[in-house]
Amino acid sequence: MTLAGRDLTIGYSDRVVGRGLNVALAQGEVLALLGPNGGGKTTLLKTLLGILNPRAGEVAIGGRSLAGISIRERARLIAYVPQVHVPTFAFTVESVVLMGRTAHGTLFSRPSANDRAVATRVLEQFGIPHLAARPYTMISGGERQLVLLARALAQEPQFVVLDEPTASLDFGNQGKVMREIRALAGAGHGILFTTHDPNHALRAADRAYLLREGERIAEGPVGAVLTRERLEDLYRAPVEKLTDTATGVSAFLPG
Amino acid sequence: MTRAFLPGLTVALGVLALGLLVAFTVGRYPVSLTELVDVLLARLTGRPSGAPAAVENVVLLVRGPRVIAAVMVGAALAVAGTAFQGLFRNPLVSPDILGASSGAALGAVLGIYFTLGVIGIEVLAFAGGLIAVAAVYVIGSLLQSRDPILVLVLTGVVVGALLGAGVGLVKYLADPYNQLPAMTFWLLGSLAATTVSDLVPLTVPIVLGTAVLVALRWRLNVMSLPEDEARALGVATGPLRIAIVTAATLVTSASVATSGIIGWVGLVVPHLARALVGPDFPRLIPTAAVLGGGYLLLIDTLARTAAPVEIPLGILTAVIGTPFLHLAAGRHAADLVVSTRS
Repeated sequence: MTLAGRDLTIGYSDRVVGRGLNVALAQGEVLALLGPNGGGKTTLLKTLLGILNPRAGEVAIGGRSLAGISIRERARLIAYVPQVHVPTFAFTVESVVLMGRTAHGTLFSRPSANDRAVATRVLEQFGIPHLAARPYTMISGGERQLVLLARALAQEPQFVVLDEPTASLDFGNQGKVMREIRALAGAGHGILFTTHDPNHALRAADRAYLLREGERIAEGPVGAVLTRERLEDLYRAPVEKLTDTATGVSAFLPG
Repeated sequence: MTRAFLPGLTVALGVLALGLLVAFTVGRYPVSLTELVDVLLARLTGRPSGAPAAVENVVLLVRGPRVIAAVMVGAALAVAGTAFQGLFRNPLVSPDILGASSGAALGAVLGIYFTLGVIGIEVLAFAGGLIAVAAVYVIGSLLQSRDPILVLVLTGVVVGALLGAGVGLVKYLADPYNQLPAMTFWLLGSLAATTVSDLVPLTVPIVLGTAVLVALRWRLNVMSLPEDEARALGVATGPLRIAIVTAATLVTSASVATSGIIGWVGLVVPHLARALVGPDFPRLIPTAAVLGGGYLLLIDTLARTAAPVEIPLGILTAVIGTPFLHLAAGRHAADLVVSTRS
């Protein structure tokens, strides 16, 4: 199954953000979306999720147009992990994860025994079953990110779309989230994430998609696409590349 | 921090039971507990009671309808407030945020101005609440924004202000000796005039609206998340929002039409219920309903007995509610500080 956007014009009713965009994401693959602020990353992400309708072109999943799929069925195909935020109400972690089961029930149904079992399982998968009864507002930012990942997985989706999953996390948690992203792809999920850090793309993604001012600058395997020259062009800023001579692993430094 | 459901609900039921007991027994004509049990049992079983006819009248005809109305109005305002606080993702929202009370107020003062009688005033008040909220919803939808919730709230404020001006105009034009006092009294809220015949038009919309909100309680958790998230979780937020607003407006308008404007209950009771059972809407909605009934019943009993003359309900609920809001707002401010530090 593939999540694909064809000839997309993206934007809002009063403003076009990008034109002529083609994106394809296969299952088992991680795609990183990079680009400067205001370049259209979030708009493209919301269009692929079906939250925002494309102004032109089509988003399709497994060959079916997203426009023809009910919002409930969509939620069982694609899950969304928003940027970590503090909600208004102090729901428990278990309640937050159970919300991921919404699309598996009907309008009036309460969570089933199976829904609760799934919630427990995903919390265990991310190593946070001890948080189940804690208020979501009272845990750390890194824990919140894991809870949102668990909620996405509770949807039992084919694809997971994450908006800056490593923003506002400490160094250790950034690594943890990237490992979890790799693991999800290993389990057969197609993953799309946006990031401001090319190193996170190098670390976790198979392919990178560079977006600036609503235009695709480049797309391809991270090793080929993420070069010093291209990043300097993308961000219009100097970049330095470091390579570990022992392992051959590279990283970029801004400035 | 997690609070258990059953103990919390038991406390709420205790408040309601206490309210019922006090409301039936205390007053200008005291009724003893044995007389009360006797009259109520006799009513249930159909056999004649041993209590004096005057006691029977006080319990069944004078206090009975008023007690039932207080419980229903309190429950309705609390449930509507709880639902709106979730829908608008703001714990400081009350059920009149979309103009239901202002619309009902304009309907009622117009009814008084045109001397339409009790039924006419109630019908106009009820219709006024529904029309005001429908207008807010239609105007808000026409404005097409990326944040439909914010637009709704702003439109509600604007329409509410306009309706308030309308109420002011009608009061200004009204006969200052007969009509104006009636309008003032109505706007302050009271259950003193409640009779058995008021209960039917009150019950139908309240039971209907409350039932819808109780049935949707599992979806309210998701509706309290940001719009994009709720949609990505599989909720058709547009139609569901219309259903919730319609149900909450139905119960609010019916309550206001019967009792006049009683503020603060729909704001304060959800907070108290949250303190008992936590923020999870599936638990919160039933708890708020029970607690709201008991809360307004206790306040109405106070309104009836604390002074030689009736104290308007709206004044009592404000006197009790405002310091509470201050405390709640202070606590939320503290929460915000904590969250920006983490």
